[in-house]
Amino acid sequence: MEHLLAEWYDIRDLGNAVGHFLTWVDDRGGPSWLPYFVSGIIGVVAILLWAVLSQLGFVWIERRLIGRIQVRLGPNRVGPFGLLQPLADALKVLTKEMITPANVDRLLFWGAPAVVVMPALVVFAVLPFGEHMQLTDLSVGLLFVIAVGSVNSLIVFTAGWSSSNKYSLLGAMRTIAMLISYELIQVLALLAVAVYTNTMRMGGVVAWQDHYNVWLIFLQPLPVFAYALAGAVEINRTPTDIAEAESEIVAGYHTEYGGIRWGMFQVAEYIAGFAIAAIVATVYLGGWTLFGLEEWVPGWLIFLGKVYTYFFLFIWLRGTLPRLRIDQLMGFAWKYLLPLMLVNILVSGFEVLIWQEKDLSAGVVLPIFAIVNAGLTVAMMVGWARVMGHTGSIGEPRRAQLISDVGGVYYEPLPGGRA
Amino acid sequence: MQTEPLIVNIGPQHPSTHGVFRLKLSLDGERILDADMVVGYLHRSMEKLAEERSYTQNIPFTDRTDYLAAMTGNLAYCLAVEKLLGVEPPPRAQWLRVIMAELQRIASHAMAIGTFINDCGAWQTPLMYMFREREKILDLFEMACGARLTTNYMRIGGVSRDIPAEFMPRATALVKELPDRIREYEGMGLGNEIVVARARGIGVLTAEQAINSSVTGPMLRGSGVAWDIRKADPYAAYDKVQFDIPVGTAGDCYDRFLVRLEELRQSTRILEQALEALPEGPVNLDLPLAIRPPVGESYGRIESPRGELGFYIISDGGPSPYRFHIRAPSLINLTSLKEMSVGLTVADAIVVLGSVDIVVGELDR
Repeated sequence: MEHLLAEWYDIRDLGNAVGHFLTWVDDRGGPSWLPYFVSGIIGVVAILLWAVLSQLGFVWIERRLIGRIQVRLGPNRVGPFGLLQPLADALKVLTKEMITPANVDRLLFWGAPAVVVMPALVVFAVLPFGEHMQLTDLSVGLLFVIAVGSVNSLIVFTAGWSSSNKYSLLGAMRTIAMLISYELIQVLALLAVAVYTNTMRMGGVVAWQDHYNVWLIFLQPLPVFAYALAGAVEINRTPTDIAEAESEIVAGYHTEYGGIRWGMFQVAEYIAGFAIAAIVATVYLGGWTLFGLEEWVPGWLIFLGKVYTYFFLFIWLRGTLPRLRIDQLMGFAWKYLLPLMLVNILVSGFEVLIWQEKDLSAGVVLPIFAIVNAGLTVAMMVGWARVMGHTGSIGEPRRAQLISDVGGVYYEPLPGGRA
Repeated sequence: MQTEPLIVNIGPQHPSTHGVFRLKLSLDGERILDADMVVGYLHRSMEKLAEERSYTQNIPFTDRTDYLAAMTGNLAYCLAVEKLLGVEPPPRAQWLRVIMAELQRIASHAMAIGTFINDCGAWQTPLMYMFREREKILDLFEMACGARLTTNYMRIGGVSRDIPAEFMPRATALVKELPDRIREYEGMGLGNEIVVARARGIGVLTAEQAINSSVTGPMLRGSGVAWDIRKADPYAAYDKVQFDIPVGTAGDCYDRFLVRLEELRQSTRILEQALEALPEGPVNLDLPLAIRPPVGESYGRIESPRGELGFYIISDGGPSPYRFHIRAPSLINLTSLKEMSVGLTVADAIVVLGSVDIVVGELDR
């Protein structure tokens, strides 16, 4: 077992303990596939447990934080500081009746919530929680997360289509429209990473950042922004919760769902949010590494710290911003982000080409690239916005005109006493 | 290919219809081909019921028409009956009416602005901020009359009772605090590019259209017509206070939003003057509870937070009105909804509806 690096009690990488256990299993002399089978089971159970616990925790954190943002207290009745509120919510959702309306496509209506959590969970299979804490290091990890991520939208569409409800139908239509626009942006964002790191392995991307001691966010600022936005679009959170816009189409694709079926959509949204956060943390924020600190602090703690910090951004945005209209959001993808991302890939390609052809030292060339790309990103974003006709200010008027300022009165005062 | 429009009912049960209002949209994809409004889900037959009750007994009805602005509802009705009787309330009552009406305007506009940004898609945050100030105003109402929403405070010939001693310090403190809060709201709404992107150029109502469809209140002023009954046909003590009328330029949702924000500031200005000028003296004329006005008719109107709120009353000399009609600004402002929303998308229609600021209790009565 090449996993074995340290003693089993070395918790800096939980892969150690698992590795020792697998060696023990192997030594018992079972069939040769048994250790692989067992390691798979351990990984799956660990990811499931982590996802569910994180979700329960973040339901509480989100509700309390949004409460703070909205100058109120948030849940504080169930348990100390309302800590048991997520459990109470879960119990409520579990015990509620699941109504199946007439005229729905029963198979699809039933099937969509049953499978909706899966794509979000499967993404974690290729994400390294620590150096050896990865279920499988696929050689096409970057492609895998994009492919699996888009399956989520298809399930959402199925739910909306099968509900036989016009709000759901509108939500489903919006989901597909946004999927088409923002999958492209996601692919381009991750493609730029592959150009730089010359690998599509998630472990390889992290190792590259560890080796050159630089996070890709510094080398690729534009794709990070683009990917973050595309991720927010994919998981339907404000300001891009267009597919389930509450004030417009009630609850969008899950309007007709109740009870635990609705709960599954909710869980899926959370876990998909964690997945986006984990992908950003892995690909752009150095994964489980922290400039050498991972020698002392467990890498998985560093990774979780990054994931949760990023997820906090989603909560903050949700408490702060109103929603965009779908044509504005899609216009932003096609007219604004797409050209910039194409230019970014071209520039990245040239940079890597120069680096390799001239055989320059990474210590010199990477800081230069970082500065060039940061400057280019700012210049492109501002410049292209100007080309598109945005002036940078929100424009006039900022306040209503007052009649005393205008000087004119448009009406004739009535002769008194027209009762 | 043969296609037909998708008919979507927004309401009567819907998070953004502010009650039980139904909007029937014909859609081509997301684009609105036709909008049809269906009202009457909250009809309580108030105008007919009022014909069976005495003039004083009708005051609580006026709380329940526009339940977000009960004070102004009370005021408009009492004005109409006072005109019929030919009486004039004492000065302290007049000023108290101004104070209550302006506090109510701030409370109601705060709700309108909060729900408007909510309709733009914010997740309750602006509304919660607005509730903070509204709550303080409702506390003041509770001090004055014991009720927070259905105040039933005004009486024919004055107000029901004088304000308690602790009212003035609390009200003065609130008025001192309000300009800061209004700046905070402006920072929240005006500087927000998403609100601007969602509201500017959406739901345009030209001045001519607005006048033709008798739109009043912030909507009319948002379209650039400086019509305010407090100036045009002053009632209570409004002729003794200095204030300004904000108007918009484009007549879009954003202008209505701006006008409401500015009216918060102007109402604060009126409140400062009114709290200063509040004279001593009786607060009502002590008219008997059962009155028999002379035969005749009267129309009392005020600038409610939503527009011109008028009560048309015909008396046949009996103890109850022969005819009791409410000119409800919510209903009349809403008639231009179709003009404003055809050609926009579903998301825009919600923003337009939010900018009209309807209260369904008043819409259906």
